[in-house]
Amino acid sequence: MFEIRIHSRGGQGGVTAARLLAMAALHDGKYATACPFYGAERRGAPVVSFVRIDDHPIRIYSQIRDPDLVIVLDASVMDTVDVLHGLKKGGKVFVNSAHSQDLAGCSTFNVDLTGIALKEKLVVAGNPILNTPVLGALAKMGIISVDSAKKAIREMFTDERNVRAAEAAYKEMNV
Amino acid sequence: MKEISTGNKAVAKAVKQALPKVVAAYPITPQTEIVETIADYVTSGQMDCRYIPVESEHSAMAACIGASITGVRTFTATSAHGLLYMHEMTNWAAGARLPIVMANVNRSLGPGWNIWAEHTDAMQERDTGWLQVYVSTVQEAYDTTIMAFRIAEHNDVLLPVMVNLDGFSLSHIMQPLDTIEPGDFIPPIHLPYAIDTKNPMGYGGLTTPEHHFQFRWEIERSIRDSEKVIRETEKDFAKRFGRKYGPTENYRCEDADVILIAMGTFGKEAEVAVDILRKEGIKAGSMRIRWFRPFPKLDLAGKEVVVIDRDYSFGYGGILAHEIMAKNEIKVYSVIAGLGGQEVTYDDMAEFVRTRRIGEEFWFGVTKHV
Repeated sequence: MFEIRIHSRGGQGGVTAARLLAMAALHDGKYATACPFYGAERRGAPVVSFVRIDDHPIRIYSQIRDPDLVIVLDASVMDTVDVLHGLKKGGKVFVNSAHSQDLAGCSTFNVDLTGIALKEKLVVAGNPILNTPVLGALAKMGIISVDSAKKAIREMFTDERNVRAAEAAYKEMNV
Repeated sequence: MKEISTGNKAVAKAVKQALPKVVAAYPITPQTEIVETIADYVTSGQMDCRYIPVESEHSAMAACIGASITGVRTFTATSAHGLLYMHEMTNWAAGARLPIVMANVNRSLGPGWNIWAEHTDAMQERDTGWLQVYVSTVQEAYDTTIMAFRIAEHNDVLLPVMVNLDGFSLSHIMQPLDTIEPGDFIPPIHLPYAIDTKNPMGYGGLTTPEHHFQFRWEIERSIRDSEKVIRETEKDFAKRFGRKYGPTENYRCEDADVILIAMGTFGKEAEVAVDILRKEGIKAGSMRIRWFRPFPKLDLAGKEVVVIDRDYSFGYGGILAHEIMAKNEIKVYSVIAGLGGQEVTYDDMAEFVRTRRIGEEFWFGVTKHV
């Protein structure tokens, strides 16, 4: 089983990112569950959501304690939240940032999702959309296939700019 | 068609396909997404159904009762405080023999104000005459909601059915969902004593003790008969759509020495605990109680039993544990866990089994193992 924890801020689309990821995994022929953690958080507060991907039906409902991958959609949450908490030894961390991250004990990946969203003018209520471009980055990391990522995005959004943003993230990210 | 859906959306989709004529509901977390989705189906013309927004859950159930007695298919959904606010009317629905289907998203009761999963809400409706089923996956929530209409409306049953799903951990989780075309799986509703203006009758009038007593027995007789109807419905569902359900879901129980029993999502995650215990050489199995009313016959002969209760009867004990003990004349290790959404993992469940003390009660996170 591959376990993913997504860190974002309330309103940034972390839950939708989890959903899109689960949809893409389903298209890859796998089983997936996505669950947001619902606490007392509100818009702007650091929040987490979880995705599990496996070749078999998933029977676990409790929170992910030792993820294989941590996704940070908003690097500023790292000032107050230990995003590496419980990460498996040698686990992966993806950070939405133009700058590569220096995090001990894990392999790090980064791409500037915010910049990509702004370039495509993918902005809703003042917030750049991060949850569609992040799928491109995850496809580059081999978590999901490119085709399934695009299919999932198109199922949820009619605006092709979302697909273009995912393609840009795929292209821009170094692995 | 396979998609990713929340538990709430899965219930709404099932209701849409069951073609009810009236849905009356009041929103409450974590159920709101169900009635919100149904309201959307109705206003967008995807459902030929009257959606009645009401000012309270008591009125929601009253409206369902009024609609149902005219012989049309009705549905509502609620949770926790909303369910208890309905309590007078839930008794009426069962007593009037109305096959209303309700989704209850299990949530704790305040104070303190808490919106997370717990089964005490539905347990407080235990003795109303409603059939109760507890589901554990998004797919099961969908499948069971479809089956609930057929079971409730069967002429040997004619009782309301409550489909229970854990707040947030199932209502808001997103899992694969394979929707079906029910076709004639749910036959047209035919209420034998529906209000007919051409043939006026009295409803809900004063009944003498002898008649009242007879009516109570009729409810009990029907709920006993419902076991057969449930079995047949689940069998036909498996035949048509390929997914099997039963009164319980048993996992590695055949050769087990110790059985872990739970309901809802805990009952599913318990399977993972069983796999861990088996690797350690402990012959464990798990049994997930699906139908709580009618209460199933359990094959527990020669087994040690650990029960997780996500509910409590103050001054008495875990409700599920005590029902199992009473029905099977056994002692169990009674674990109280997960109240108010308390996090309980498969590792915790495995530990409950390892450290079991049959005949005792343990409050997870509050009392300590000796």
